[in-house]
Amino acid sequence: MQAMDISAAQAFQFHTSLNLTLLTNRRARDLAELLEHLRAVPGSVIYYHTHHFLVQHQYLSPEPPNDFAYWVTNVLQEDRLGEELAAIDLITFHTIRALRERIVGVIERFLDARRQLRTAPDGEEFHFREAVSFIVPTTLEARDLSEFADGLERIGFGSLSFHVFDARLRLEKGANDFSEWLATMLGERILAQEIARLDPYTYTLDGLRAAMVRLVRRRLQERAR
Amino acid sequence: MSRLEAYEPFVGRGTLDELRLLSEQLQGRRIVTVNSTAVGGGVAEILSRLVPLSRELGIDIRWEVIKGGEDFFAVTKRIHNALHGKVEGFGDHDREIFRETTRNNLATVDLDADVVFIHDPQPVGLIEARRPDSAHWLWRCHIDVSQPQSDVWAFLAEYVTRYDATVFSAPQFARDLPCPQVMIAPSIDPLSDKNRELSETEIDQVLDRLHIPRDKPIVTQVSRFDRLKDPVGVVGAFRLVQPHHDCRLVLAGGGATDDPEGAEVLRTVHEAAAGDPDIHVLELPPTANIEINAIQRASTVVLQKSLKEGFGLTVSEALWKGKPVVAGAVGGIPLQITHRYSGILTHTVEGTAFWIKQLLTAPDYARRLGENGREHVRTNFLLTRHLREYLLLFLFLGRTDQRVIRLR
Repeated sequence: MQAMDISAAQAFQFHTSLNLTLLTNRRARDLAELLEHLRAVPGSVIYYHTHHFLVQHQYLSPEPPNDFAYWVTNVLQEDRLGEELAAIDLITFHTIRALRERIVGVIERFLDARRQLRTAPDGEEFHFREAVSFIVPTTLEARDLSEFADGLERIGFGSLSFHVFDARLRLEKGANDFSEWLATMLGERILAQEIARLDPYTYTLDGLRAAMVRLVRRRLQERAR
Repeated sequence: MSRLEAYEPFVGRGTLDELRLLSEQLQGRRIVTVNSTAVGGGVAEILSRLVPLSRELGIDIRWEVIKGGEDFFAVTKRIHNALHGKVEGFGDHDREIFRETTRNNLATVDLDADVVFIHDPQPVGLIEARRPDSAHWLWRCHIDVSQPQSDVWAFLAEYVTRYDATVFSAPQFARDLPCPQVMIAPSIDPLSDKNRELSETEIDQVLDRLHIPRDKPIVTQVSRFDRLKDPVGVVGAFRLVQPHHDCRLVLAGGGATDDPEGAEVLRTVHEAAAGDPDIHVLELPPTANIEINAIQRASTVVLQKSLKEGFGLTVSEALWKGKPVVAGAVGGIPLQITHRYSGILTHTVEGTAFWIKQLLTAPDYARRLGENGREHVRTNFLLTRHLREYLLLFLFLGRTDQRVIRLR
């Protein structure tokens, strides 16, 4: 099987993204305040509140990975708006700016039809936080499909998260890094598409890794036949 | 096996690789971390684990402890209470005691390093040693400062505002400060005597030694004898449970060298317990880690009925042992417990009693809460996550305006 592997002209260098959380001292007690801050905060705040859930609450998946939906539903108990915010399909966005506009738009539409605003109880305000991402090259690299499968099995969640979420949305590359490399460097277009088609927001990171490894291993078996 | 590799069964190899990568980036930087006590209390406990692990990763880090008299620690205890929102007198004499002890420590504590990492209010004044263009200074606050007494916060803010960055344990603790505020939750060590696996025989032996029979369900609160942990409220909740369930209450707590108020609180707890043979009030020394571990593991329900909390790490300790926890919804506790999923959050003595009864009656539900809690702790509150965030914090210094930082 190893002998049949095609080597890439450029190895895939696994990176990892490790996050530090900053407190912004911005807080919202109701939807009007939430909206005001949402319009003003840096993109790294929007990124934090739509992505940290993925890493911090592994076992809760497939709960919505979106703090705004969680707060609106569980604290303000505005179930309908909470559902609309949870239903924002993150995989369809390629920039934080577009994602912010959608979140703001959904809340604006809701407020247009509302006069009375519910207020969060004391101590349950929404506290805006911000992600600082450190991108570090790991010692792992892959020159062919077999090494790629081994790397996928070994990398930490920070690495998986970087190549899947950060690459698409924060670095605005349009696709996940794995699919890009598989298609352009190994000519594995179908495998690349299969990986790109996985909606990463509906998996735990461990589940996502397992799904990707399964696809890559299956392709290795096909080539070995 | 190295100390670091011993964590692999809990967190996986990838997590350890990440720590090694970050440590390489910090080679050549000298770090000194400073707090007010070498033993007792959560800060010393965490440092006693983090510092050796950092050294194994090749980080050049020292741990210094400031010295102060009883009068200093009485003042800092009042500062602690006032930051938690309790009204405390804080006059010129108190300020002078604080400043004098700070001056004494400035003369003796070796602060020569590239990063000076100060913990909590007691040593905050060491920032006086800062010179222009010298080391980076970090202040780590382990206290709930969401509603501080204004004059006490104003006094501390004169120091805090001179730091390069501050660190708080929970989002609601953020203050209006000119420097970046980083959120880093504390952590527990799965390998420490307080948290490592114990055999049933070990647990039995410890409870025998402490004269706690295992003949009926045990409800436990482990924490310092401190008003803010509400041990009297715990006794009150237990009294409401007793008519319906035959069970025992264990209140186990140690003192800390910077906590002179403990004896008075302990006296009121004994008064409330009034000689009830089912209420066990245990004064444990700071070294009683295996005892605490065994008590938690022997418990059916664990409480942390705090009125205020810096973080409430005993919650994570109990969750890690798969125990259902009923805890006050204060400070960092809601970060550790999602209500009715990974534990129970309460606000009153009556609510605490209600949920103790529910959990004693529904063991399957109690077990599920504990299992979810353990997984939540595995991802978020183990020492390796804490260490990773401290390493990132050190790397953040000098580029605090950046939000995506590429390391080579």
